Amino acid sequence: MAHIALATGFLLFLIGLYGALTNRNLLRMIVAFTVADAGINVVIVAVGHMRGRTAPILDGAVPAAEAASRIIDPVPQALVLTAIVIGVGITALMLAYAYKLYEARRSLDIGKFMELKW
Amino acid sequence: MIRRAAALALIAALGALLLPLLLGYHPDEALNLTACYYAERTAADLGAANIVTAIVVTYRGLDTLGEVTVLFLSAAVVGLVLARGRTATTGGRPRLPAGELLTTGSRLLAPLIMLLGIYIFVNGHLTPGGGFQGGAVIASGVLLLLLAEPGRRLGHRVIALVESLSGLAYVAIGVAGLVYAGGFLDNRILPIGTLGELASAGAIPVIYSLIGLKVGAEFSSMLANLSETEEL
Amino acid sequence: MAWITPALTVLLAAAMIGAALVAVLGRSLPIAILAAGLVSLLASVLFLVLASPDVAMTEAAIGSGLTTFLFFFVLGRVRGGEHD
Repeated sequence: MAHIALATGFLLFLIGLYGALTNRNLLRMIVAFTVADAGINVVIVAVGHMRGRTAPILDGAVPAAEAASRIIDPVPQALVLTAIVIGVGITALMLAYAYKLYEARRSLDIGKFMELKW
Repeated sequence: MIRRAAALALIAALGALLLPLLLGYHPDEALNLTACYYAERTAADLGAANIVTAIVVTYRGLDTLGEVTVLFLSAAVVGLVLARGRTATTGGRPRLPAGELLTTGSRLLAPLIMLLGIYIFVNGHLTPGGGFQGGAVIASGVLLLLLAEPGRRLGHRVIALVESLSGLAYVAIGVAGLVYAGGFLDNRILPIGTLGELASAGAIPVIYSLIGLKVGAEFSSMLANLSETEEL
Repeated sequence: MAWITPALTVLLAAAMIGAALVAVLGRSLPIAILAAGLVSLLASVLFLVLASPDVAMTEAAIGSGLTTFLFFFVLGRVRGGEHD
C-alpha cells in the first residue's frame, strides 16, 4: 500500500513539474506548483507508513507501554504538517506577485515579461 | 512544440531517476531510533497523547517558531506587495451585495466555525489537530464574514494585535521554559498531569492555542488583503 | 476485508492522477483550480488511509480549503488574463 501511495506521489510531482514547465499562464503555473507540492507531501507521509500499525496517538487502544510496536513513524507527519503550512504561504505570495504583474502589464502571459531574459 | 518536447524529456529523465527509489523501497519493520525515542518517552516526559503534537510543539519547538515566523513574513509581504500603490480613495465599481441567504447564514455559522477552530487547537495534545488546523478553521470563519459583507473592511488592527500579542506570548513562554525548566520552549513549566486529560501535558495546550491564534490571524490577514484588491 | 484498504488506495490514486491531469492540462482555468483543490482533498483522504489524521486535517483545511479560495480571489481580479 505504501508503494501505491509512493508511486502516486512521484507521479503527481512529475505532472505538476511538467505543468509548471509547459504552461505560459502565471496562474496555471502556480496551480501546477500546488499539485507538485501535494505530491511531495504524499511521498513523505508514505515513507513513514508501516503495515498493520496505527496513528501515533496514545489512547485506550494504544497504551503508552506498547506504543513503540504499535504506531507508525511520527516524524514524517510532523515534517509534512510544516510543509503544508509553508506551502500555502508560498502560494499566497506567488498569487500576490501574479496580481501585481497583471497590474503592470494587463497580462498573465509569462512571455510578456522579458526584461531579465537574455 | 520544441518546448513541450524538452519538458517531456526532462520529466522522463527525472522519472527514470525516481523509479529506482520506488522499486528499491522496502518499508521498515520497526521504528528507527529517533521515532522509537519519541514513541517511548513522550507519555512519560511530556504527558501528551498525540505524539505528532509533542514533536511539533516541544521536541522540535524551535522549528515551529521558525515556521510561524516564515508564515508571518509571507503574510506581511503579501500585505506589503498588495498595499503598494493602492489608493485610499478608490472609485471603482461598487461591490455587489451578498445574498440574503449568505448574510443570514454567516451570522449563524461564523461563531460556530470559530468555536470549532478553538476546540481543535485547545485539544491539540489529545486528538488529531492543533494550532495550524484550528487556525485555518478560524480563518475560514473570517472568510465567510468577508464573503457575506464584501463592502465592510475587516479590522486589520484587531488582526495585527492578535497576531503580535500571541507571537510575543509564544516567545515569552519559550523563555520561561529556559528559566524554570529544561530549555527553550520546554513544556514542563506547568504540571504534566495525567495522560488524556484536557489540563495536562504542561504548557503544550497553551503554546498550541497561541500558535492557533497566530496562524489564524496570519491566514485571515492574507485573505483580507487579497479580497480587498481592486478588480483590474 | 483485507483487500478493502488497498482497493481504496488504488481508487484514490487513480482519481488523484486524473484530477492532477485536469489541473495541469485542462482548458478552463477555474476548472483547473478546482481540480487542484480536488487533488488536495483526495490527498487528505489518502493521508487518513495512511494513518496520519493530523496531516489529513491540515491538508483538508489548508491545502484544499484556503488555497482554493486564495486562487479564486486573485482569479476574480484578473478576469482579462485568464486566456493568456
